Amino acid sequence: MRDIALVAFAQTDHRRTSEELSEVEMLMPVLHDVLGQTGLKTADIGFTCSGSSDYLAGRAFSFTLALDGVGAWPPISESHVEMDGAWALYEAWTKLLTGDADTALVYSYGKSSPGSVRDVLTRQLDPYYVAPLWPDSVALAALQAQALVDAGETDEPALAAVGARSRADAGSNPHAQLRGSVAQGDYVVRPLRTGDCPPIGDGAAAVILAAGERARELCGRPAWIRGIDHRIEAHSLGVRDLTDSPSTRLAAEKAGAFDRPVDTAELHAPFSSQEVVLRKALRLGDEVRVNPSGGALAANPIMAAGLIRIGEAAARIHRGESDRALAHATSGPCLQQNLVAVLEGDPR
Amino acid sequence: MSKEPVAVVGIGQTKHVAARRDVSIAGLVREAARRALDDAELGWADIDAVVIGKAPDFFEGVMMPELYLADALGAVGKPMLRVHTAGSVGGSTALVAANLVASRVHSTVLTLAFEKQSESNAMWGLSLPIPFQQPLLAGAGGFFAPHVRAYMRRSGAPDTVGSLVAYKDRRNALKNPYAHLHEHGITLEKVQASPMLWDPIRYSETCPSSDGACAMVLTDRAGAARSPRPPAWMLGGAMRSEPTLFAGKDAVSPQAGKDCAADVYRQAAIADPRRDIDAVEMYVPFSWYEPMWLENLGFAEEGEGWKLTESGVTELDGDLPVNMSGGVLSTNPIGASGMIRFAEAALQVRGQAGEHQVDRARKVLGHAYGGGSQFFSMWLVGAAAPDS
Repeated sequence: MRDIALVAFAQTDHRRTSEELSEVEMLMPVLHDVLGQTGLKTADIGFTCSGSSDYLAGRAFSFTLALDGVGAWPPISESHVEMDGAWALYEAWTKLLTGDADTALVYSYGKSSPGSVRDVLTRQLDPYYVAPLWPDSVALAALQAQALVDAGETDEPALAAVGARSRADAGSNPHAQLRGSVAQGDYVVRPLRTGDCPPIGDGAAAVILAAGERARELCGRPAWIRGIDHRIEAHSLGVRDLTDSPSTRLAAEKAGAFDRPVDTAELHAPFSSQEVVLRKALRLGDEVRVNPSGGALAANPIMAAGLIRIGEAAARIHRGESDRALAHATSGPCLQQNLVAVLEGDPR
Repeated sequence: MSKEPVAVVGIGQTKHVAARRDVSIAGLVREAARRALDDAELGWADIDAVVIGKAPDFFEGVMMPELYLADALGAVGKPMLRVHTAGSVGGSTALVAANLVASRVHSTVLTLAFEKQSESNAMWGLSLPIPFQQPLLAGAGGFFAPHVRAYMRRSGAPDTVGSLVAYKDRRNALKNPYAHLHEHGITLEKVQASPMLWDPIRYSETCPSSDGACAMVLTDRAGAARSPRPPAWMLGGAMRSEPTLFAGKDAVSPQAGKDCAADVYRQAAIADPRRDIDAVEMYVPFSWYEPMWLENLGFAEEGEGWKLTESGVTELDGDLPVNMSGGVLSTNPIGASGMIRFAEAALQVRGQAGEHQVDRARKVLGHAYGGGSQFFSMWLVGAAAPDS
């Protein structure tokens, strides 16, 4: 298999609202940032792939206008997934593996501010039997959290510690939305309190992938994708064990995550309780640095937050702060679908 | 390291109709998937990954429906990808799936595209008012009618060409048991007398709204060797995109379409498409797009495409049959329409197209487009493996 690496990563400052900006205006600075980091121009990119959701944008074909930000002229080889950008990265990785392209631009974006995201996400659920009941995303996460508490896997103080650690770590992340000390607050849906839940916000991210020697030309220390895999579980919560994530474990196995220890893990756990599930599934001990960026509890721009995990892990390798990192992205209620990537830097 | 050759070994479609009230969305997609597996004589356990595509989620009112469809498509415990590239999505979805095989990430992949238009109303789903943006108004016809008018002016084509396309496609549909519209009493006069919807596009020159799904099983060389029926081999595939609106855009013959076709022809070593390609399943949602795409795809010189249509070249028994299945004009489950083009092209080279089979179809092009004539996906399939 061809060696493929992340060679550049950029993200917006994630904010509660960006009402003065269109999606294109939000996206353009990060696209220019990754192109600037590598010295590439749009015309140099072999393949472009993006991830976004029409339901967040509130209109059909919302991604078509984002192409204006890319500058798709002359015409480009391009595709789009209605998924988090982590899966756009996966598609781009397979495209580079075929040898059809040597570089890829991957981006994703989401604006949660125009609507009520808790209500919007209910539209993801089984349209006949579940969606008509409008169970919102926090309520479903709370079911999962309560299952963990009941199983003796965690308790409320431990969950609070996850949130506190995440926001403390986000203190050194200028892009994060929630940084430093944040009150744990009242119950949103028992047992989850405000501090256990992600901030609602808008943001975008972009990465550039390159194959082989091209990656070394574009980046001092490329973050090589040693493995990447994703798996989905049943949709009905009633047939799943919510205290475990077999899809994450299987994806990690396929990605080679258990072959050697990782020093860093960026986990896409929008709720503190989900970090508990993921640590177990990924067998992460205390020696692994988890979410040094602050994770999704510090900034959770939907459709971009998973790609940001991969980007953050890669950026640590670029900076020499990690040699082998795991990055994770999730989609769907209660961690239904999960992607795991293992990234490595060249030996120093 | 060269790419793994990709073969189509299973194809399944639902009978496309205006409203499948007897099945849920899950029931609809499973029906097509099951038929594709049966065609390949494979079971769910033989599938390594699932790649699904559909047009905007507003068309059914379900956000990212692949999450809910994981069980129905046997995807639990497997990778599942959801593609959305506007009207071209059915083709793009097949190409994303093909790349999973070509890159040797997986051996056998199920790909599927669907739309259940009866769950909602696509025309108004497309027409939500957006601040500071040009309104689409009542659906796609209003957007594309001026482009058709521009083509007529530019080429000097007689007004009747559009009705010839519609008359041909609706007659072809009578030979395709899966087509939505089966207009047994269709005549050219009826097409020409049908109401004007978006001048110059008449009612009978417009695609219907359909519920339907289409699925394919794609596999590698080893999988193809086990196939019970002849495989269709992918000889080339490409996607191209350009912005919706910009100064200098040629809405009649977009550069992205030309570039996409050129890429496919290069991969498949097609020197002269008119001579080397036997038939085309082309995305023609409004009749006039047949002559327009004939030019865009290099089958005719600029301004000459309508002459192929007018002289009968694109008829089922013509020299270059176009839309043997009846095309989008007879069947339009939007998200699936591109994949139906790709699948019908594969059926032809497998010799499995039944009554609408073209004799000696060895190389057939599948074509899809979407958005404001800005997203293109195409593949060329052949009866013989790429390096044989």
